[in-house]
Amino acid sequence: MPAIIEVDNLRKSYGSAIAVDGISFAVQAGECFGLLGPNGAGKTTTIRMVYGFTPRESGRLRLFDRDCDDAWRALKSRIGVCQQENNLDPDLTVRENLEIFAAYFDLPPDVVRERVAFLLHFTALEGRELSNVRDLSGGLMRRLVLARALINEPQLLILDEPTTGLDPQSRHQLWSRLEELKQRGLTTLLTTHYMDEAQRLCDRLVIMDQGKILVEGAPLYLIRQHVGNSVIEVVAPCSDLRRMLRDKEILHEDLGQRLVIYSSDGEALYRELLGEHCREGCMLRPATLEDVFLRLTGRELRE
Amino acid sequence: MTGFSLSRRFVRVWQRNLLVYRKTWKISFVPPLLEPLFYLAAFGVGLGGLVGALSYGGTSTAYTAYIAPALIAINIMQSAFFENTYASFVRMFYQKTFDAMLATPLTIEEVITGEILWGATKSVIGTALMMVVISLFGLLHYPHALLLLPAAFLGGLAFGCAGMICTAIVPTIETFNLPLFLFITPMFLFSGTFFPIGNLPGWAQFVAGILPLTHLVELCRSLALGRFSSATLVAVAYLVIWSAVLFPLALAGMRRRLVR
Repeated sequence: MPAIIEVDNLRKSYGSAIAVDGISFAVQAGECFGLLGPNGAGKTTTIRMVYGFTPRESGRLRLFDRDCDDAWRALKSRIGVCQQENNLDPDLTVRENLEIFAAYFDLPPDVVRERVAFLLHFTALEGRELSNVRDLSGGLMRRLVLARALINEPQLLILDEPTTGLDPQSRHQLWSRLEELKQRGLTTLLTTHYMDEAQRLCDRLVIMDQGKILVEGAPLYLIRQHVGNSVIEVVAPCSDLRRMLRDKEILHEDLGQRLVIYSSDGEALYRELLGEHCREGCMLRPATLEDVFLRLTGRELRE
Repeated sequence: MTGFSLSRRFVRVWQRNLLVYRKTWKISFVPPLLEPLFYLAAFGVGLGGLVGALSYGGTSTAYTAYIAPALIAINIMQSAFFENTYASFVRMFYQKTFDAMLATPLTIEEVITGEILWGATKSVIGTALMMVVISLFGLLHYPHALLLLPAAFLGGLAFGCAGMICTAIVPTIETFNLPLFLFITPMFLFSGTFFPIGNLPGWAQFVAGILPLTHLVELCRSLALGRFSSATLVAVAYLVIWSAVLFPLALAGMRRRLVR
């Protein structure tokens, strides 16, 4: 089956700064594919090139098994986009925001009525359709942005940091909506800073840094591959623990006040540590995508 | 995916602005209704008593009849210029409305064309309202004066394109003060609006002849008074050429600004 998105050696630079440095990936039908990376990694530039906002400098892009340079208007009408900012139309009500967006897609009036009713229900915005967008909370706005992105019944949904700035309730609400869409077979391309979000939603993902793809794979696969099953964190470690880890060549990171130990057999090591090296301040936990992310992209601040 | 492309879909952008306008029409209608009243009272009745009548096209013309069409021309200029500077800038920069539009099948050319045509539409609406008030004073010569409506569209196009070029360039919204004081205000005063250009020194007459408002005033005055001359045709030709040159510049400028 042909891929929904096929990106080959995509490149973009602004002056001397290279934003996207020759990346390639493919997103299959029905898949949720994540782009992860620190600020300035090139995630947003990448997806902007995919939906045709930013012109490509070089590289090939195929959407729905067609070259995106021909019939781009037809291709674009099959894509729904949630941009990073809540760029809803503040001069309009909730309902008008959806209707006007439908007009940009040239949808016929009866389709619009049906679609708007469905989406207001789907995003739990019923009863708010006459509200002014300026009066909505952050969570409601984000739901409306999602509803708006779905107005054209897209076959590809592109989400640029969909839950940034939301409270936990709103995030979980949005996630369950996205999971429902996935069950209906919608293909999704997503960028996020939240590793729990990526781990929960993405079938596969790439971690990017400085315009390049560092790794690609399913979240669990990446965790096993790069971190192991579990992680032990030790607060205020003593020096003989450090020596022991070096002697036994156990993979770890030394952050000064804290040791992060990666191990495929965490439990045995944890018991050993508890018995011999530290009575307290020692914690065993399952490895997460965040461990992978920090291991691969480092811990220095980016901006 | 991003080459120049303009289809009739620009109408959608125009419709969006109309929808917003309809929400606030009661407020938007007030300035074009009151403005001519104020100006006709101050300049026409107050100043007109001192001036008396002017010679226009070889005929003696009452001062109020002389300035009334100029008020319409000024409103045409300001409606479109303000719409495609401040209002368009707010939509582009603060509301990110254009960014959202560009995630749909709309192109940048369609978005900007819709905006400019909306600016021209506001000029037409303002003109229609002012015509109602000015007609009450018996200062418009019908049916010729009805041609003021298409003239308003043409004039709005000319000044909307100029405004949009400013929007493509300015770094901040405050920067619009520059074109306002260097371009709009001098034209407001020296384009044959409140006194004939012939009263200016020779070099200033030449400068005034280059400025678009001079030609728009001439066009409006000849339509309002029903007195046509070769100057009327020159005015139309000037505004058509001005728009034809500035429109592609506005599109290119906004493409440069928005497509990153």
